Amino acid sequence: MVEELTLAQKQQLNRRRWIIGAIVLFMAALILQFGLGSGGSKSTFVLSSQRTGVNIPAPDLVLPTDVTLYSMAALVGLAGVWQTLRGFKRDTVVILVSVSVLTAAFLVWATEDKSLNLTGMLVSSVVRATPIAMAALAGIYSERSGVVNIGIEGMMTMGAFMAVVFASITGNLWVGVIAGVLAGMVMGWLHGVLSIKYKVNQIVSGTGIIILALGITSYLQRAVLNLNPELNQPGPVISAVAIPGVWRIPVLGPVLFNQSPLIYLMIVLLVVTHVLLYYTRWGLRVRSVGEHPKAADTLGINVFRLRYISVLLSGAIAGLGGAYMSIGAAGRFNEGMVAGKGFLGLAAMIFGNWNPGGAFFGSLIFGFFDSWQEKISILQVGIPVDLLGMAPYIATMIVLAGFIGRARMPAADGTPYEKE
Amino acid sequence: MPPLLELRGITKRFPGVLANDHIDLTLNQGEILALLGENGAGKTTLMNILYGLYTPDEGDILINGEKVEIHSPDDAIELGIGMVHQHFMLIPVFTVTENVMLGVESTKGGIFLDRKAARERIVEISSQHSLQVDPDARVEDLPVGVQQRVEIIKVLYRQANILILDEPTAVLTPQEVVELIKVIRSLVAQGKSIIFISHKLNEVLELADRIMVLRDGRVAGATTPDQATEASLASMMVGREVILTVDKPPAQPGEVVLDVQNLKVLDDRKLVAVKDVSFQVRAGEVLGVAGVQGNGQTELVEALTGLRHVESGKVSILDRDLTNAMPRVILEAGTAHVPEDRQLDGLVLPFSIAENMVLNTYYQPPFAKGVRLQHELITSTAEQRVEQFDVRTPSIFIPASSLSGGNQQKVIVAREFSRPIKLLIASQPTRGLDVGSIEYIHNLIIQKRNEGCAALLVSPELDEIMTLSDRIAVMYSGKILAILPAEEATLEGLGLLMAGIQEGATQAAS
Repeated sequence: MVEELTLAQKQQLNRRRWIIGAIVLFMAALILQFGLGSGGSKSTFVLSSQRTGVNIPAPDLVLPTDVTLYSMAALVGLAGVWQTLRGFKRDTVVILVSVSVLTAAFLVWATEDKSLNLTGMLVSSVVRATPIAMAALAGIYSERSGVVNIGIEGMMTMGAFMAVVFASITGNLWVGVIAGVLAGMVMGWLHGVLSIKYKVNQIVSGTGIIILALGITSYLQRAVLNLNPELNQPGPVISAVAIPGVWRIPVLGPVLFNQSPLIYLMIVLLVVTHVLLYYTRWGLRVRSVGEHPKAADTLGINVFRLRYISVLLSGAIAGLGGAYMSIGAAGRFNEGMVAGKGFLGLAAMIFGNWNPGGAFFGSLIFGFFDSWQEKISILQVGIPVDLLGMAPYIATMIVLAGFIGRARMPAADGTPYEKE
Repeated sequence: MPPLLELRGITKRFPGVLANDHIDLTLNQGEILALLGENGAGKTTLMNILYGLYTPDEGDILINGEKVEIHSPDDAIELGIGMVHQHFMLIPVFTVTENVMLGVESTKGGIFLDRKAARERIVEISSQHSLQVDPDARVEDLPVGVQQRVEIIKVLYRQANILILDEPTAVLTPQEVVELIKVIRSLVAQGKSIIFISHKLNEVLELADRIMVLRDGRVAGATTPDQATEASLASMMVGREVILTVDKPPAQPGEVVLDVQNLKVLDDRKLVAVKDVSFQVRAGEVLGVAGVQGNGQTELVEALTGLRHVESGKVSILDRDLTNAMPRVILEAGTAHVPEDRQLDGLVLPFSIAENMVLNTYYQPPFAKGVRLQHELITSTAEQRVEQFDVRTPSIFIPASSLSGGNQQKVIVAREFSRPIKLLIASQPTRGLDVGSIEYIHNLIIQKRNEGCAALLVSPELDEIMTLSDRIAVMYSGKILAILPAEEATLEGLGLLMAGIQEGATQAAS
């Protein structure tokens, strides 16, 4: 059956086409602006890696600044013209590609007559994406079962704190990791009891968990850790493990195959979660409970039990993310060290439409911009560091504005289930 | 041989309601039992008890003569009982296969889903019972009729012998109903037994082997299709309670207040709910709209009060064209609306009684001066109206949610009637009320009519319609089948019209 579009619908589609076309053309103009007055200079991107005394050589990527920028501007400009006149089928992709080119163009412009270690930037992108991805995975477990978990930030904070304390006491970083996971689970259990059993509004319960975690950890830090500094000394961070054979590949090796074991664990969890959700009996049931708990109930599925398990798993992974931030990356606990990673994770989860793969991609974007703003501020391009620091968050807003319409949350997400 | 299924003395109470009162029921192997009754008669409650969703307060369930305990749907499924719910229990984003296998998944190694095996069984079941469906389609993309097939397949997949179909035809188009009846026949031919819940008389007579009628939570009677007629079933369903007498002088119809021409309205699912409806209501008369619930009355009232879009046709009030006008414009033209669902549409439950009393006038002087509400005046007005309309409440400052149904209705009536009104549109104004409140509201409606107000009264209660109306319109499947002067209408005639039978009705009426 062919659906006839009404005149109003057609007009609306046209307007959307023009608006997106105009945005893309504006980006093209911006790139062109970067290119003006950069005649003859070169941008140098270093691809070799020097970490922990090991040098993985790779030739530098040297680009003529003006030519590169002009061709980028031409590319985006053509896309903009096409979009305005004819319209691409998937216009969100056009925006995404244009923003990527704009980002690259900014890097080329900022490195004019300077050099930037691109490999190092990608390595730190992955490092910075990891806690976000863990938070996103935590969100997926909880929300796929129908429980909104805005408290991930708090679960991560508790995980980070407990991981440091137990690693310091035992001198074993892995005991710390386990303590972090358990601390996250305790917070998850609390969220479960409040929101599943007592049917407290899940946003309120989640917010309560954040405040509780911040309060407990900052109190304990001042009352205990500051007086006993040895409790905040877990030793050197969990060291990177090189995967034999592949870690010496230029660029890819340092980025993917010579990282913290917790990053590998995150990738394994990602794959496991995908398989679990879509290919197992448990996953089918969890999704059914998140979509239409009453239907699941009429088929003899225990809605409450599945939701508890999911929220506990959510807490465990959030705790792992916290442990990674403290003993896996920072090497100590600082007040407020999670710094919004839990919320970025939720944004990545929404970006990824509650799918593990998409959420991971979203986390990488955030990680990349986090690392991007840091490198750009080192290059001193004349833009205040504070403004650049906003980049990951501006990226969040653009990404969510562009994609949230397409995202489809689990239908029963946030609704407590009441048996009659 | 004992019957396949027997219910003995099933009783279920909800707070303030006796939903099932000592109900006995038997079902034999290979039989279609129709359970007939008005909305709220207790049919669905009874079936939810059988399916383990509710636990009965009293009574026993026997299968093949043996007493069984059903505490959850799991137990019911185990005993071979399957239910097709009135509101489908399907997960829209899942495929047909995923929906059918959910809860009894075939797996590889106990963990991984074996979609292929489930798919094969679905194909087998669907060809065996001529239930065509694409196992890989997403449920949300399927039309309602096909979704229902998925529900039936779901039940058969669990190897049910007793199928409960809860108002299966309520959501279907006439063509889909024909299909469904074929499927039901084929199921019975293969040895399944069926309980069929409905309030549509013709379907029941066509399909059932035996008919049981429920009214007010009790068994009102049992019969078979060859001994029953639609008229006899209708009277069994509606009952012949004492008609409340209301002192009513002869009507003095004046000018036309409400004029409806060729009205067409769609329901929430975009199906035509009101078809080509035309009528007039004059000042000083009550036009009653009778009909079994769900025949377009709700949509008609919503369209008249500006709450639902009018597709085509014209609504005028006092010669002013108010088709698709804003509800407030219609209200300010002198219309009072007592909505069907008082808690959802009539009141803002968390607001106080005083606030609810001025919901339609709070923005006008004297209750508002500019942007400021005149709280003192609102309070004193509310106190006076509580007194005048006999609302029993400890205070006018408590939320409307804490009142009983009858008092909630009085708050709405007090608000709507305390304005100079020209037209009253009342939908089921006495639903669920006690006798005293019913009488009070009936008298108020007649009083307004005597004062020269035009009244449109929509109600599925025939007694109420016959008591209050000067003329009676009967709605069936979105159309007005007939408009009779009240003195020519009989319970039997109206009952037949409500069931959609025009021939016999006009004879019985004349």
